[in-house]
Amino acid sequence: MNPIVFGYLAAAILLLSLLAVTNKNPVHAILLVIVMFFHMAVMYIGLGAEFLAAVQVIVYAGAILVLFLFVVFVLNIREETGGERFSSVWPFGLSIATGLLLLAVILSGKVRLGAMGPYTPQVISAETHTKILGRVLYTDYILPFEIASLILLVAVVGAITLAGREDR
Amino acid sequence: MVPVQWYVWLGLALFMVGVFGFLTRRSIIMMFLSIEIMLNAVNLLFVAFAHFLNDLRGHTMVIFIITVAAAEAAMGLAILVSVVRNRLSAHVDEIKQMKG
Repeated sequence: MNPIVFGYLAAAILLLSLLAVTNKNPVHAILLVIVMFFHMAVMYIGLGAEFLAAVQVIVYAGAILVLFLFVVFVLNIREETGGERFSSVWPFGLSIATGLLLLAVILSGKVRLGAMGPYTPQVISAETHTKILGRVLYTDYILPFEIASLILLVAVVGAITLAGREDR
Repeated sequence: MVPVQWYVWLGLALFMVGVFGFLTRRSIIMMFLSIEIMLNAVNLLFVAFAHFLNDLRGHTMVIFIITVAAAEAAMGLAILVSVVRNRLSAHVDEIKQMKG
């Protein structure tokens, strides 16, 4: 990826996420995170993962964050704009995040890449990313794939049980 | 060509933004949003390493992470709806009563 493109995307992603977690209004924060996810999808395309970029836009921005927006509108959460944004122990949270970041940056100098795999960008572009990912997913990863479908089923049943009214 | 180190730094910074939001915000919905930001940081690292190692295992991991994130968001927001409906608050530091 071009360093200029990477610099723009990285700056936009960090700025948007920082604005989102410090925002007063939950609706504005969710919309900022949606824009951040679009930048992340562009980053995935630059890394040769077109199918994941599409999934990022369709599932993450299109389904999960729209679910967040639905919940905010249904619950009519207005108190957030009035009351205090951060909890009273926010300096502890800030220092934990900063300390972890320093530790991780120091340790990230030790990153060494392992053995190379067979899927070079030429192989992926010759046989399209979606096709090659589907083959890996349905052969080597068939058991985790089935477990993921079970997790989704449990989530659907659990969400209806928890949020559905009992007086129906 | 961007080295893999830059992606590692971006992922770490993004993850720490999520940690900061999760530990400091009072609103439960903002805490869930911070979790989504953290999951995205991890996804970015998986895709970056998969790209630099010419491997597809990172991509399959991202698919599973997105699946579990969808399930987690659905369950968490359902819990939030039932908490708010029982006339408790949508703020974590005001949910104190554990007696039925």
